[in-house]
Amino acid sequence: MPGRFWIVPPAALLALLFFYPLALIVQQAFTDDSGMANVAEFARVLHARFFLNALINTITISVAATAGCLVVGLVLGLILAFVPFPGSGVIARLIDTFIALPTFLVTLAFTFLYGSAGMLNAGLMEVFSLQAPPVNFLYSTWGVVLAEVTVYSPFVLRPLLAAFSLVDRGQIEAASVLGARPFRIVRQVILPAAVPALIAGGSLCLLLTVNEFGIVLFIGAKGVITLPLLIYSKAIQESAYQVACIIAVINIALSLGLFGLYRFAAGRLGA
Amino acid sequence: MLVWSRPGRMLIWLVFSLLFGVLFLAPLAVILLSSLADQWNGVLPSGFTVEHYTDVAQGAAWKAVKASLVTGFLASALALVSGTWAALALRIQDATLARLLGVLFFIPSAVPSVSVGLGLLVAFSHPPLLLNGTIAIVMVAHFVLISAFTFGNVSAGLARLSPDFEQVASSLGARPAYRLWHVTLPLLTPYLVAAFGLSFALSMGELGATVMVYPPGWVTLPVSIFSLTDRGDVFAGAALTMVLVAVTLILLLGLERVTGRQTRS
Repeated sequence: MPGRFWIVPPAALLALLFFYPLALIVQQAFTDDSGMANVAEFARVLHARFFLNALINTITISVAATAGCLVVGLVLGLILAFVPFPGSGVIARLIDTFIALPTFLVTLAFTFLYGSAGMLNAGLMEVFSLQAPPVNFLYSTWGVVLAEVTVYSPFVLRPLLAAFSLVDRGQIEAASVLGARPFRIVRQVILPAAVPALIAGGSLCLLLTVNEFGIVLFIGAKGVITLPLLIYSKAIQESAYQVACIIAVINIALSLGLFGLYRFAAGRLGA
Repeated sequence: MLVWSRPGRMLIWLVFSLLFGVLFLAPLAVILLSSLADQWNGVLPSGFTVEHYTDVAQGAAWKAVKASLVTGFLASALALVSGTWAALALRIQDATLARLLGVLFFIPSAVPSVSVGLGLLVAFSHPPLLLNGTIAIVMVAHFVLISAFTFGNVSAGLARLSPDFEQVASSLGARPAYRLWHVTLPLLTPYLVAAFGLSFALSMGELGATVMVYPPGWVTLPVSIFSLTDRGDVFAGAALTMVLVAVTLILLLGLERVTGRQTRS
């Protein structure tokens, strides 16, 4: 067997199990019940209230969560790399293991922490003798955003720490001996070195938050429906497979666009 | 060291512990606490019990652990074989085609898991390829979702491999199959173990595609955690989540020890 045909078995497996189903989703989205090509249903879904709401929710949550991940990742990374403390290595590895844990864990924890009967509300009601729980952000867009920041900021932190480890410590010490304030060193020496890692981590966060399902499902708020949740509820709860396929086509197109952005950014990074 | 003054450093570490505590430590601690909570009406639970653990152990837990472990093992093993095969085969393609195919092997990681599940339902619900309603469709869904990660890990390992060993083996007259089995694969082992561990962990926590395709009788840990909390049984859900976290961490730590020993020797 000539060497270049060795790629055929794994490629064929992926084609059968992934690309063929993907093509069928697209086909279902654009054919009517009689099997004819038809874009009427596609156009109808595109203009439907439930779809537009989910699209706006998905993008809002994704952008806000990514911004949060960048800020949190940058702050944690700067401290871990440049103001280390005893045990900071262990802490960095602990944060890294969050990547391997299921995302819905954080949502479940948040219901105990910030839910209407959670610790924060119980504490506030006790201290200020309130009748109703004062903190209600959990069952809104912001609850999802906070949960996603927790889950996905390690994805920013990881490339950032790798980039920081390459920053010349002598340069920082020279700058600080010459009297540069920490903020100035961060802005002029450290940040320029971190930009590629921030772009790569940020675009990965955009992709992962657009696709996030578990967090939104577990919060279960009526008003917070995203595209993946809409696909699930149309297909499984309403058995409306064509509508589910149409939404899936748009969701996949959005994800692939963001994937392209990530590959481009990671390519510039040299990863 | 960026900040030299003692009060400055203290302030920065305070910020760090606040962020770390609120975002990462509190969620883990509160899951553990609630899985052991007897009654919880105030700020802290009024008492502790292991009842939730015994409840889930008598209920769905064992079946769910078994379903998750079997699915994770088979899907990760298949992903490891196909990912390693693909990464090795791409090395002997010409550069342009290798780059294009490399992107194709990565794409499953970019597609939302719910859509992967939907695609499998649409494609495999009719004969001759009837997988819908079988255990196999869950394995296939997990395999598709993790295959990109194994492929990526093994490719990264291959890229870091020094070509010297393989060249020496060839120049000493080792045939390609012998070289692959006795030189390349042993050198790759740490990456293979790491790839297997990561894909196993991802499979253990997979929810989106699984809720789309799982047949009755093959309920994985995340799906049973969801049905528990959806019913309002949040404490049992927390206990089962702790089981999931423990199983995942034991797996990862165990594999890390294996890799650690490999790289040291």
